[in-house]
Amino acid sequence: MAARPRSRAAGHGAGHFIAQRATAIALMLLAPWFVISAAFSMRLGGYASAIDFLTDPANAVGVMLFLAAGLYHMMLGMQEVILDYIHKSSTKMALLLLNTFVPLALGAGALYALLAVNFGV
Amino acid sequence: MPGATRPEQRPIAPHLQVWRWHVTMASSILHRASGVALYCAAILFALWLMAIAAGAEFYAPVAAFLASPLGQIGLYLTVAALAFHFANGIRHLVFDLGRGLTPADADASAWFAILFAVAAPIGLWALVTFGA
Repeated sequence: MAARPRSRAAGHGAGHFIAQRATAIALMLLAPWFVISAAFSMRLGGYASAIDFLTDPANAVGVMLFLAAGLYHMMLGMQEVILDYIHKSSTKMALLLLNTFVPLALGAGALYALLAVNFGV
Repeated sequence: MPGATRPEQRPIAPHLQVWRWHVTMASSILHRASGVALYCAAILFALWLMAIAAGAEFYAPVAAFLASPLGQIGLYLTVAALAFHFANGIRHLVFDLGRGLTPADADASAWFAILFAVAAPIGLWALVTFGA
């Protein structure tokens, strides 16, 4: 296939489309689970109830999955928004780069926090 | 210029100003808006986890904020945004299957998503407050 310098993203649209739908289907289960179980087990608020919720192994794994699917899904969605509305090349590049770093940083920080809460690292 | 159509008489693309308000238009805009709002909520969610890991003393003001009226309104709006994005997201997955695309179906499902976004946080609050 000949090089097409003006459309370097050619052929990658389907991957984006599929990943967005796959994470959407995962979130269809994970989001209601998190909202309902978190609301019930932390109804009183405070530090102790948050620790109780997050140190339950099933909850800890569920929150990790929720974060992974959610951060990936929101990165894909925001990428679409940036490409739709930002036309200035330098701004677009900066925002796309930020949109890659923010979910990664949040994921790493949140994962470390979950491990710290559970295993006291 | 006989025979030539003057520019203002040619058919022109619909203008946004003369477009009739439509619920499918609202649901489309709200999907994006709620998505961007949830991006911000996810940032706060990750920071919330880190605040818990930082210890009870560090978390105390966070807990106080979440319990305050402003925090409760924030949580309410977050659940509403999530409920809308959830319902409208399912609507889009159904569209992807080639179903629900007639104007009547699309209108009905758009209204459902909007009503769900209003009802879900109220229902959750009621369940948590008065439920088992």
